[in-house]
Amino acid sequence: MTTSLMSDIYMFVLAILIGYEVISKVPSMLHTPLMSASNAIHGIVVVGAIIAASQARTTAGYVLAFVAAFFAAMNVMGGYALTDRMLQMFRKRPGQPTGNGGPGRPEENS
Amino acid sequence: MNAVSTTVALAYLLAAAGFVVALHLMNSPATARRGSRLSWLGMIVAVAAALTSVIHESTITTTGWIVLGTGIAGGAVAGLVMARRVKMTDVPQVVSIFNAVGGGAAALVAAGGFVRLADGSGIPSRVMIATVLDVIVGPVTFSGSLIAAGKLQGWVSSRPVVFPGARIATAALAVIGIGASCYLLAGNDSIPLLILIACAALGFGVTMTMPIGGADMPVVVALLNSFTGIAVAIAGFVIDNGALIIGGALVGASGGILTVLMAQAMNRSVISVMMGGFGTGDGGSAAGPAVGPGASIRRISAEDAGIQLAYASKVVIVPGYGLAAAQAQHEAAELAAVLAEHATVFFAIHPVAGRMPGHMNVLLAEANVPYPQLKEMEEINPEFARADVALVIGANDVTNPAARRPGSEISGMPILDVDQAKSIIVIKRSMGHGYAGIDNELYANPKTSMYFADAKKAMAELTSAVKTLVA
Repeated sequence: MTTSLMSDIYMFVLAILIGYEVISKVPSMLHTPLMSASNAIHGIVVVGAIIAASQARTTAGYVLAFVAAFFAAMNVMGGYALTDRMLQMFRKRPGQPTGNGGPGRPEENS
Repeated sequence: MNAVSTTVALAYLLAAAGFVVALHLMNSPATARRGSRLSWLGMIVAVAAALTSVIHESTITTTGWIVLGTGIAGGAVAGLVMARRVKMTDVPQVVSIFNAVGGGAAALVAAGGFVRLADGSGIPSRVMIATVLDVIVGPVTFSGSLIAAGKLQGWVSSRPVVFPGARIATAALAVIGIGASCYLLAGNDSIPLLILIACAALGFGVTMTMPIGGADMPVVVALLNSFTGIAVAIAGFVIDNGALIIGGALVGASGGILTVLMAQAMNRSVISVMMGGFGTGDGGSAAGPAVGPGASIRRISAEDAGIQLAYASKVVIVPGYGLAAAQAQHEAAELAAVLAEHATVFFAIHPVAGRMPGHMNVLLAEANVPYPQLKEMEEINPEFARADVALVIGANDVTNPAARRPGSEISGMPILDVDQAKSIIVIKRSMGHGYAGIDNELYANPKTSMYFADAKKAMAELTSAVKTLVA
């Protein structure tokens, strides 16, 4: 077993434990935005797609890298845009400005 | 390690730390948006680091750049359009689709490495193990999430679909996948076998998700979210990248927690949800009487309900799936705003209200309900005894007092203590059953009045009835 594999396993296990601690504190009110935010975070696979594209030399390699890049970019951009759109709706008082041209009155954002 | 690769490695660490802090900031609506932006910054740092490292090592070919650029641009536009256009009631479908593509991308990254190394000279066992795992978990997530999205959207029947031999087909796919995996792990780098594993895993994702009923979707979406995280973490093992491992593991943990919480809130085990066959689906539940012939049901008119609401000093509104299905969140918010002028108003939100964890909160936030009015189950239950009126809108099983006694389908399920309120008004389309398919004892309670109508229409009528009284 190599050192790099060992440190990868350390990272994996500790990150799961940290995730468990941090996410246990999120109120159920925010569970949908949380899921969308974590959805965006797994878009980090776009880094893998970049590396796959850099190593590709064959047609099969290029096709795999293209689809991976497409899927991962969709995941990242969609995930963050959706999370932000949901979170800007959570306000303390009705009609409170969102500062971002967000939906103001109910009839405007159907 | 030269200066560039050190900087790149530190940038990945910075990104991973950003993700952790971002998830921490999600614990309050006041800081959540900052968290999401911090996470976005982390993502930009990670992508910049990856590009820097690729440029520095100058390994990428011109074709590689074109493939990467067009792929990312196309995917980014597709993702943005979906996220911008989706209606808040349809968020679960879109989240499912993002799960699907994330899992798919992870499997493709792993497969890309395999295809490159499969020249008969042998693949290191750590890469081989991780690749095989990814080519199983990724495709299962991909096809499973697409089926889940189809069920949520109504393209695939939301009823539990069980065809003859489904269990055997699932088992056969599992055997094929495991058999082929063992052959590869024994040190044979065969691309056709890798494709066979991926296909078996795709089929498995379909046969796994099809038998699961629409009511169990919150659990399934959370579980597939967790799978995607794990798939991404495994891809991190394949390419030895810490940012992928940490990001993926965080999501795996998050999805795992939500899966268990949802299953608990529905009084089911994760295993029994995955075995499927429970529930009647979305459409079929409206027919048939729910309460036995001996029970008497009191009906109420919009005017009388309006009077009760207008003279109440404390009202608790219990929104359920019926409200989401009728897209009546704006009308409910309007009624709440009118009532809030003279009374204390809270929304009591059961953890599984809506179609994914926390979905009802998003719908009400969209309708401009201030979040301090949204109360979780533990917080609101003691308040019901002090409420003059509990207004139940399209919620059923989560209000059934039968859950407190043993011997019922839903015994032990955490419920909202609606029956403690001084008076109860239930808005429902008909006397149909909820997903559990049992009678709701709340409806036979002498304090309960039933108002049979579509949630959207009922909200509008109640609002105008209250307005004429308080104006």
